Parts: sequence; structure tokens; C-alpha cells
Amino acid sequence: MSAVLTASGIWKAFGDKEVLRGISLELEANEVVALIGPSGSGKSTLLRCLNLLEPIDDGQILLGGDDISDPRVDADGVRARFGVVFQHYNLFPHLSVLDNVTLAARRVHRMPRQEAEDRAMRWLERIGLADKAREHPDRLSGGQQQRAAIARAIMTDPEVLLLDEITSALDPELVGEVLDLVRELASDGATILMATHEMAFARDVAHRVLFLDGGVVVEEGPARELFAAPREPRTREFLARLSA
Amino acid sequence: MTHQPSELELDRRAFRSRRERRSVLVAIASTLAFAVIVWATLASTPGWAIVQAAFFDPEVALRSLPRVWDGFLLNLQVLGMSVVTVGVCALFLATLRTLPGAVFFPLRVLAAAYTDVFRGLPFIIVLYLFGFGIPTLTGERVPPIVLGTLCITLTYSAYVSEVIRAGIEAVHPSQRLAARALGLSYAQTLRRVVLPQAFRKITPPLMNDFVAMQKDVGLISILGAVDAVRAAQIMNAQTYNFTPYVVAGILFILLAIPSVRLTDWYTARLRQREQMGSIV
Repeated sequence: MSAVLTASGIWKAFGDKEVLRGISLELEANEVVALIGPSGSGKSTLLRCLNLLEPIDDGQILLGGDDISDPRVDADGVRARFGVVFQHYNLFPHLSVLDNVTLAARRVHRMPRQEAEDRAMRWLERIGLADKAREHPDRLSGGQQQRAAIARAIMTDPEVLLLDEITSALDPELVGEVLDLVRELASDGATILMATHEMAFARDVAHRVLFLDGGVVVEEGPARELFAAPREPRTREFLARLSA
Repeated sequence: MTHQPSELELDRRAFRSRRERRSVLVAIASTLAFAVIVWATLASTPGWAIVQAAFFDPEVALRSLPRVWDGFLLNLQVLGMSVVTVGVCALFLATLRTLPGAVFFPLRVLAAAYTDVFRGLPFIIVLYLFGFGIPTLTGERVPPIVLGTLCITLTYSAYVSEVIRAGIEAVHPSQRLAARALGLSYAQTLRRVVLPQAFRKITPPLMNDFVAMQKDVGLISILGAVDAVRAAQIMNAQTYNFTPYVVAGILFILLAIPSVRLTDWYTARLRQREQMGSIV
């Protein structure tokens, strides 16, 4: 197996606050990696740094062997190789679901309209939103919006899918439908890096888990091992607090 | 099976429609009463007969209408051209002012300085400075329609660009983030995601500026153009009657009403499409 995404020694500060303090991680092809850790541990910032939404202060990021942390790369082109799903969906309210899903395909990947829409409709059918294609996002439930956002992210076959606490804003009964979709994508062989608070889901779906705290990777390991027998006291404490 | 409203609901509906009927009746009665009071007050003033003759003479109105209308067409031409030029220039200025990054600092400053100057400068002074300055500079006669459009554009671009900038900044940053995450460039994000949402937010203030502009095209009479206002002035000088001004005023009002109503309709339609539920 070869690494799709490699980050080494990532540092990031907002003003005086150092959010990431030398984080390294590797993502193999078809691998699902979960980032867990308390709020403010740097999970979301790390995801944003990886796809160049935030400039990093130090370190190196390789995507498919290309050094994307080099300021000479075309950042827009790099971002188009990632798929991102946000906590608050961030669908575009002025566009229909179909236009949301096809926007990047048409404007960034220059796919002809018909082809993009056919492709989008296949995805929407698969996730059960075909009948909502012409609706605007505001008319959808939270779970439907988040599934549409996932469709938007995977429409263009991204090399890596970044999921940023995608169920945190959902009502409990809607979490399942979104997680089921992620589980399906994972079994299809998507390469996924997800920040999550859903420990049961992380244990189930993720191959590896990274526990972040204070901007560093405190512990990492295969999902089952890390949850069953955390080595570090901070990991133990964090997991104990959640199950309490 | 369709829903059969309960006794309770039927009773509530009956109450609501009774109350609605009563409100309509009250509104009609109060409007009529108000109109009668205004009319009675006006008619009882000692000068009413003279005012009526000087401002509302139907015969003068009819006689002046063709000339005022011809002038009004000139106003419409200037307005039509200005809508385009103001739109383009204001969008350009707003884009400059919202450009991120240190590289564009000079451009941002320039755009800011421009809006400061032309929002501060009274429109009449702009008309004098540019309307008479430019023909002097070129040494040639410039058609007043061109000068008028130029002056309107100079002033209104400054106002409208600030409205557009406010709209751009009112779009939540997470929208930009989502667009950039998809690989859209800065310009594509602006065009496909930010501006469409910004314009929905700023339609009412934009229409406000548009209506203000409709009226200010009447000031190009200063440049010697025979527009509605100047035509009214000429008719006023011929008839010793102010009715032509009222005629011109009514034309400007008639111009403003449809655009305002159109915006209300348009924003309501957008809201209906993109938002669910009622607004309390």
C-alpha cells in the first residue's frame, strides 16, 4: 500500500495560540482514519490545513506524492482533489440540491452540464434524494442536507474525503442515516479522514484512530486496540469522560 | 381520507374571517375620513382656488404633457444607460474593496478613496465640475446625454458599490469556505456563490438607490439638456403656470412605482423558494 496523504510536522498558530504543534499523519489508499479528541484539540484546523484552506506555519503535506504545501502549487487545483464535508453542511442556499452537487463538476472539472447532472442524479438516487434534486437546501431536513453535502463532496471522485464532525449538528435520530452513508462509502474503498465525536462509529468504521489533544497526536493505533486498551492516560481519561 | 376540520377549528376560522372583515371595513372608513378631512382643510384655506389654478390646471397639464414627455424620454435614456454603467462600475469598485491580501492594498485604498470622495460630493457639484469641465477640457461639445450619464455614474457608483460591498460581507464566511473547498477559485467563488447571495440580501437598498437615481436624472437639466424638468420650466415660462412641474413630477412618480413593486414581488418569490415556513 502507498500513502495517499502524508503530513509531517504540521504547525499552525492563530495569533499567539498554537493550535497544531507538529502533527504528522499518513493515510493509505482506501483507509479510513478517525481523528478524535476534545473540542479545541485541533481536529478541524488540521483538516483545513490539509486541503490548504488554512496556510500552515511549518511542515510538509504530500498528496499522491506531490508536495502541496509548496506555495508554488495551484491551491485551487489541490483543493479540487479533496472532498470536504462540514459540520454545518454549508450547502449553497441559492442553488438547488442538483446545482449544489454539480457546481464543482461543471465549474472546476469542466464537465459538460448533461454529464454532470446525470452523474449527480445517480448519486442522489443512491442516497435517496433524487426527488429533492430541484429543491433548495432549506426545504430539506438536516440529515438530508448533510447527505446532499456528502454527495457534493464525492461527486468528483476526490482522492481523499475529509469529514469535519459531520453529525455534530444533527438531531440524534438523523445521525444514523448520515453515518450509514459514510459506512457505505468506506466499504466502497473511499479514503477518508474524519474528525468525529461518534466513538462507536469510529470504532466500527475506522481502520486507525488518532487521538489529538493540545495540538499533538497523543496516541494512535488500530481502532479496536485504541478503544479497547488505550495506552496513554490522557486518552483513557478522554474516553472515560465520554462513556460516563 | 382528507382532513375534516374539527368544530373547534371551524369556530376559529369563523372568528378569523369575522375579524378580517371588520379590519377591512375599519381601514376603508378611516381612509375615506382622512381623505375628506384633508380635502376639507385644503378647500377651506383662503389660497386654495389660486393654488388649484396655478398648480393643477388641467388644460395647461394637457398642453404641456407632449413636451414634458419628450423631455422625460431623455431622462429615461440617461437612466437606462446609467443603470448599466453604474452596475458595472459599482461591482468593479466593490470587488476591488473586498480583495483580500496585502498585494491589493493600493487598489483597496484607491477604491475606498473614490467612494469617500464621490459619496461626499453633492451631485450638483459633480454636474457642474464634470458637466462643464469636460467640454472645456476637450474643447468640443459633448452631448448632455453623455455628460449626464457620466455624472450619474461617477456619483452613484460610489453609493451602489458600498451597498454591494455590504452584501458581499454579509455572506457567511462558511459559504466561501465550502466553495473554495470544492476547488472554485476566488473569482468563481465570488461569481457563483457570494454575489448571488449578496444580491438577494441587498435588493431593497439597491432599489432605493435606483429610485433615487431615477429622480436625480432630472438634475441633468442643469447641463442644458431639455429633459422633463427643463421642458416643464420652459412651459412654465410660457404659461405662467406651475402645472407642468406637477406633470413632470407625476411622470417621475409613475416611473418609480413599478420598480419598487417589482422588487417586492421578486424578493418575496425568492424567499418563498429558498425558505420554508412562515415569517412571524
